[in-house]
Amino acid sequence: MTDLTRLTAADLAAKLASGEVSSAEATEAHLERIREVDGDVHAFLHVSDSAVDVARSIDERRAAGEQLHELAGVPLAVKDVLVTTDMPSTSGSKILEGYMSPYDATVVAKSRAAGLVPLGKTNMDEFAMGSSTEHSAYGPTRNPWDLDRIPGGSGGGSAAAVAAFEAPLALGSDTGGSIRQPAHVTGTVGFKPTYGGVSRYGSIALASSLDQVGPVTRTVLDAGLLHDVIGGHDPHDATSLTTDWPSFAAAAREGATGQVLKGLKVGLVKELVGFSSAVDQSFTAAVAKLEQAGAEVVEISAPHFEYATAAYYLILPAEASSNLAKFDSVRFGMRADVAGTVEDVMSATRGAGFGPEVKRRIILGTYALSAGYYDAYYGSAQKVRTLIQQDFAAAFANVDVIATPSAPTTAFKLGAKLDDPLAMYANDLATIPANLAGIPGISIPSGLSAEDGLPIGIQFLAPAHEDARLYRVSAALEAILVDEWGGPLLDRAPALNGGAR
Amino acid sequence: MAAKLMDFDKALEMFEPVIGLEVHIELNTRTKMFSAAGNPANEEFHGAEPNTLIAPVDLGLPGAMPVVNAEAILSSISLGLALGCSIAPSSRFARKNYFYPDLGKNYQISQYDEPIAFEGSVEVELEDGEIIVVPIERAHMEEDAGKLTHMGGSSGRIQGASSSLVDYNRAGVPLVEIVTHPIYGTEHRAPEVAKAYLGTIRDIARGLGISEARMERGNVRCDANVSLRPRGAEKLGTRTETKNVNSMRSVERAVRYEIRRQAVILAEGGSITQETRHWHEDTGETSPGRPKSDADDYRYFPEPDLLPVEPSEKLIEDLRAKLPEAPAPKRRRLRAEWGFTPLEFQDVANGGLTDAVEQTIAAGATPATARKWWTGEIARIANAQDRDAADLVSPAHVAALQKLVDDGTLTDKLARQVLEGVIAGEGSPQEVVDQRGLAVVSDDGALIAAIDDALQSQPDVLEKIKSGKVQAAGAIIGAVMKAMKGQADAARVRELVLERAQA
Amino acid sequence: MSEITPDLVRHLGVLARIQLSEDEVTSLTGELDAIVSSIAQVSEVATSDVAATSHPIPLVNVFREDVPGDMLTLEQTLQNAPDSDGSRFRVTAILGEEQ
Ligand SMILES: [Mg+2]
Ligand SMILES: [Zn+2]
Repeated sequence: MTDLTRLTAADLAAKLASGEVSSAEATEAHLERIREVDGDVHAFLHVSDSAVDVARSIDERRAAGEQLHELAGVPLAVKDVLVTTDMPSTSGSKILEGYMSPYDATVVAKSRAAGLVPLGKTNMDEFAMGSSTEHSAYGPTRNPWDLDRIPGGSGGGSAAAVAAFEAPLALGSDTGGSIRQPAHVTGTVGFKPTYGGVSRYGSIALASSLDQVGPVTRTVLDAGLLHDVIGGHDPHDATSLTTDWPSFAAAAREGATGQVLKGLKVGLVKELVGFSSAVDQSFTAAVAKLEQAGAEVVEISAPHFEYATAAYYLILPAEASSNLAKFDSVRFGMRADVAGTVEDVMSATRGAGFGPEVKRRIILGTYALSAGYYDAYYGSAQKVRTLIQQDFAAAFANVDVIATPSAPTTAFKLGAKLDDPLAMYANDLATIPANLAGIPGISIPSGLSAEDGLPIGIQFLAPAHEDARLYRVSAALEAILVDEWGGPLLDRAPALNGGAR
Repeated sequence: MAAKLMDFDKALEMFEPVIGLEVHIELNTRTKMFSAAGNPANEEFHGAEPNTLIAPVDLGLPGAMPVVNAEAILSSISLGLALGCSIAPSSRFARKNYFYPDLGKNYQISQYDEPIAFEGSVEVELEDGEIIVVPIERAHMEEDAGKLTHMGGSSGRIQGASSSLVDYNRAGVPLVEIVTHPIYGTEHRAPEVAKAYLGTIRDIARGLGISEARMERGNVRCDANVSLRPRGAEKLGTRTETKNVNSMRSVERAVRYEIRRQAVILAEGGSITQETRHWHEDTGETSPGRPKSDADDYRYFPEPDLLPVEPSEKLIEDLRAKLPEAPAPKRRRLRAEWGFTPLEFQDVANGGLTDAVEQTIAAGATPATARKWWTGEIARIANAQDRDAADLVSPAHVAALQKLVDDGTLTDKLARQVLEGVIAGEGSPQEVVDQRGLAVVSDDGALIAAIDDALQSQPDVLEKIKSGKVQAAGAIIGAVMKAMKGQADAARVRELVLERAQA
Repeated sequence: MSEITPDLVRHLGVLARIQLSEDEVTSLTGELDAIVSSIAQVSEVATSDVAATSHPIPLVNVFREDVPGDMLTLEQTLQNAPDSDGSRFRVTAILGEEQ
């Protein structure tokens, strides 16, 4: 029998629908894979003990003739930033160790309603602050391509789980690239929807005006399938859009035929620089494929992109400093065992419960918002946001999509940038502008580095609400590249031998 | 340790008081400002057990998000219009960041530089009918905080408490905060203006039906800013903000107290500390609280989870068209309609009883009887119980009570007993009459039997009556009323006594 | 050109209610100084004629009907409480005052 963990979600779903495979079997296969490799990879913070029961109930409903969702019975990994009623939700922080939410995040509730089977909660940088998952309070996740390297972040756990065949699908969240940059370094697919396209309710907020939940998968079609499940309006999130979204899976299927590339205008951002030569090379080669398939490539200018990272590192810490104030030891979470007033207990708890990166950003954000600095910092950053939106608007007047490399380098070694926050922050230079502008972005594998053999991703960006366009375009390129490679890129990843969880 | 106080008149000779008032009104929407949890400031959910009116966002639970209550927006716009304010074509929410255990998120969602209503004015009528126009700076929407109970200290004070308990039912209750501009030129009437202003705001909120506006429940809460400046000075003096003075009487006393206290300090060459102060109802004093400091750096920024509020012109005009009459003009009209003397009307208005009297008249009572009940017996009981008269009993019940007097079912004295029953929650006047058996004995047979008994036991009195000394009947009437436990109509008893004596 | 000093970092720690060790104050001072220097450039282009964007996708008037919905049970509310008296959350003595 085929190894069920190697199947795409779409293929697994087809086998489930035909009755060839049961959800219980598929779920057990993934749990077995987690037992085999997650000791090494450490993608999961928590593995569900009810997954097989849930899978069985899906099988029973199917056996009873119930009309189920296309993805019903397919296992799903859930980033720990999303609250769940049946598993702890920590957001990678010690301050929330053991926290049990009384409600499910909307995306989790929608996933359950579609019959997806939550396997467990995936590792992440504490409160999603980081680009390497090394800032998790529960230890780093390792890149399945090279266990000495980072899996990206903050959603390194979700990307690694998918790359290591521990789950066919995962949920992530992307504030400045936390879905797309891990996809880049793990050879997987990550999609950041239009801001408001997917509910944030139940996603433990990092920066409310930037956060967006999205799919983490191995193929563009799988991302579309999962996006169809989690997307759409949620009355619990005031920023949620009421847009009537088309099917993203259908868009991906349509794109895979390649027709979409004929006459497609692809913009390359003149000002976006700072990529390693291997990344540049891979990107250039992928763009050449687009051209060969009939796309027209034009250079565009986005003069304010150079300010994007700076604006981002003002807006994010400012909003985060406020969002993370709720972790105060009063209603939930850790409480430091110290004598004194409630103020002392709060300060001691937050001093002990937050890791260094979280403290750094809260202090920075507190500074950026404080009296006398607001205009120079937070206020200015919000203006830069306007300028970047204008850059995008001007660009999209001339092109259908923008293509960029997803991140500056391939996966770096664990620990390499841990002591240099600015070097760490530079990882997000290509992904951040989309969050500032609220537009959708996707990263798909473009190949392996000529230097170190590690995966590299290409990012596509489209105007707000045009998520389907990204599915069409990236599915088209994916089809060309997979064809050229003779199979999925992940087939070339080294086998993981061991390290029982 | 009582502060030194200057004689009020002397203080006014030396200094000009400038006051500013911040009033928080709890809206009575069914649900909270940002969650679908029940609103304890609405009668429907009032008095719920601690922590039972809770949605995730009220606790600041991880991942929870606020969504604005549409009704609270309408109420706020109506209130803004009633205050004569302009309604902002676009206003927005902001986060006010500070840590406090009653604040689930450790920020309060409020409005900062873009409030929903701004620049208005309110006519406030003083006891003698003088009208003062109070300038309004702004009215903004925000959420209330939870309730702390301090344990282990003396009398529930925060000082000396060893621990505190937090109930988040009130967290997220919709508030409108109304902030006045500095109010100049009130002179010796400053305390009175503060009191009348608070009453006017309460009447406006009640008239709009947007708040239960019950002060004893904290539905209306006032912070009073007071500063003094030497006569002739241009520059405003340093102000103090006395927090949470939550009755009309208290705000009057607190403003008077602050004027007298600050005057001594300034007269002695001292300076006023800019600080918040606490009002102590028992001693009638204020005490120093938190000094203003850089800990007041609230780091406001636009609430990213919520979107701007942009009411259409049409919505604003529709709400304006529905505004009830403003309190001051309404008083002028009612005074004329009811035919009250200024003093009589002032009695009603000061007690915050205008609406109660109006509704009682609407329910069938005459203006005179309605006024008599509300400013008489009901006000007396309210005073004794330290509550708002208007909260004790419904106008419909008062009208029904008067009807029972008018039709002879009750004497005035019995009616007062029935009122007590109604206030005690025993039901409608008729139900109290039935349950307590308080109706006038109108069965002549019972009365005649009692009269005959009395006449028989006092033959000397009988003789006097027979001999034409009708006033002697009083002794018999008294005995009969006593025998009937007061539940007889004295006039009817008198008639019957004279009849029986001649028999 | 940045003005990050150890005293400022200590003050920010108080505002943010995070107890910082002296070592942390020292390292944060240096790191924040570097970060702030590199991000302060936003003011170069943030001229007065540029409007601020607080929400990436502009929406207005998103409201909820005033209809009571699901509420947490008392058990759910207190489920994660570090300390409670069975119906209310318990905290140790409060020094400061309400705002
Ligand atoms: Mg105030
Ligand atoms: Zn307020």
